[in-house]
Amino acid sequence: MKQIYVGLTGNEAVATAFKQARPHVAPAFPITPQTEMMHKFADFVADGAVDTEMILVESEHSAMSAAIGSAATGARTFTATSSAGFALMWEVIYVAASLRLPICMPVVNRALSGNINIHNDHSDAMGGRDAGWIQMWCENTQEAYDHALMCWRIAEHKDVRLPVMINYDGFIISHTAESLHILPDEDAWKFIGPKDLKTGYSLLDMDHPITVGPLDLTDYYFEHKVSQIEALKRAPKYIAEVYKEFGQLTGRHYSFFEEYRTDDADLVIVALGSTAGTAKDVIDAQREKGVKVGLLKIHMFRPFPAVELAKALSKAKVVGVMDKSASFGGWGGPLFNEIRSALYDLPARPKIHNWVYGLGGRDTDTKQIVSLIEQLQAIAKGREAETVNLLGVRL
Amino acid sequence: MSLIPTSSLNEGGIITEAGNAAAFKTGDWRSNVPQWVPENCIHCMFCWIYCPDSAVAIDSTGEKTVMTGFVFEHCKGCGICAQHCPPAAKGKAAIVMVRDEK
Repeated sequence: MKQIYVGLTGNEAVATAFKQARPHVAPAFPITPQTEMMHKFADFVADGAVDTEMILVESEHSAMSAAIGSAATGARTFTATSSAGFALMWEVIYVAASLRLPICMPVVNRALSGNINIHNDHSDAMGGRDAGWIQMWCENTQEAYDHALMCWRIAEHKDVRLPVMINYDGFIISHTAESLHILPDEDAWKFIGPKDLKTGYSLLDMDHPITVGPLDLTDYYFEHKVSQIEALKRAPKYIAEVYKEFGQLTGRHYSFFEEYRTDDADLVIVALGSTAGTAKDVIDAQREKGVKVGLLKIHMFRPFPAVELAKALSKAKVVGVMDKSASFGGWGGPLFNEIRSALYDLPARPKIHNWVYGLGGRDTDTKQIVSLIEQLQAIAKGREAETVNLLGVRL
Repeated sequence: MSLIPTSSLNEGGIITEAGNAAAFKTGDWRSNVPQWVPENCIHCMFCWIYCPDSAVAIDSTGEKTVMTGFVFEHCKGCGICAQHCPPAAKGKAAIVMVRDEK
C-alpha cells in the first residue's frame, strides 16, 4: 500500500486519523495542549471532510457524559482532554469503562495543578490508570497517528468493548511538527471499517428496550467489577492481533512494549512517551563507547503486560524505571511500582531503581539520560543507591 | 431471587427486561407500617397513585377498581398513603400508621 509522507504536529496527525475513522459523534471542550487537536478536527467537519456531529459542551465532565450517552446508542464516539480537564472528567471516565463503551480519547499529557502548569508530565493519565480503560502510550507523532487508527479496532472488538486512552506528550508531541507516514483515507477506512452496530447494545433500539447504569448495590456491583477485570484480561490477545494486522498493512510493527538494543543489555531503562526517543539517541552514543545499555518502552500500560515484561527484563543486571509523575507519599512512581511488582516472582531479579523526572515539563535532555546511565553503571558495580531517586531537579 | 454469577451477567450491567423493579424486594427496612381499615375505605385510589413504590395492591378486574391491601415486600413505611387517605367514611381514615414490631 502506498502511504503519504507528510509533516504534521501530533495533534494534527491524531485529528487526521480520527477524521479517517469517520466517528458519528465528538463532544468537545478546549484545554491546552489538547485544544489544537479538536480545532483541527472541527476544520475537517466544517470543510465537509467528515460528517461527525460535534457537540460543544460546557465542561469536560459534560464532554465525557455526552460521549457516554452517544456511545450507549451505538455511535462511534471520541472526545479528547488534558490535565485538569481529565481530572474534571474523573467521575465519568469510570462510568464509560463500567458501561463497556468503546469510546476513544486522546489524553495529551500535561501536569496537574497546582501550581498551574501547562507543560508535559504524566500525572493526568496516571491518575486514571485504575479507571478501567485501555491505556496506550506513544513516543512520537507517527505512533500517536497509528494508535489513533488502531484504537477503534481494539475498543470496538466484540470481545473487548472497552474505552481506549491514547497518551501522547503535551507540546513535545502535540505541538511539534514531525514527518510521518499516513494512510490514504480509503485505506485507513478499509482498515478501521464501519462500527458494527450489532455488537453490544443500543439505547435507541426500540425493539429491545434496556436500562443502562442502574443502581448496583451489594448484591451485584462486585460481580460487575469482576466482569470488567476479565474484559481487560482478554484485551491483550486482540490488541496483539490488531498490532499484527496493522504491521502487515503499514510495515510499522508494534507490540505491548518495544525493546531497543536490549538483547545483550546489562542496563535497561524503562520509559513511557517521548523520553524514549531521547533515550534511544543516548543509548546509541553509549553503545559506541561499549556500554551495554538498552531501553524498554511501554506502549500498553493498561492492561499491564506483567508476565511478558518480567521475561524481557529477566536478563538485565540493573533496571532504571523513569516515572514522569510523582506518587506523593508512595514508594516510587506508578510505572516503577508495576514493574517492580512484575519482577518479584523471577528466580533471579535484576536490581531495580526509580527515577522521577520531568515534572511540569522540565526538559529532559540527553545529559540527564547520560547521568542516569552512569548511575546504573555504578549500581551494577555494587554501589549502594536509593530505591527512589530524582532526575533533573535542584535540591 | 437467585443471584446470577459473573459469567452470565449482561455486558456493562445493563438490564434487558422491562418493569423488573418488582423483583427487587425492598420492604425489609421500614420502622412504621400502614394498616388498612377496609370498612373506612371508599376506594378513591389516592393511596395507589401517591405510593412512591408499588406497595398498594388493587384489583382492577371488576366493574370498579378496588384497593385490596398492601404489598409489604415493597412498602417502606413512608406514610404518604396515610397522609393522603381522606377521612370520608364516618370521619375516619382507612389507612393508619403503626409501629412495625416485626
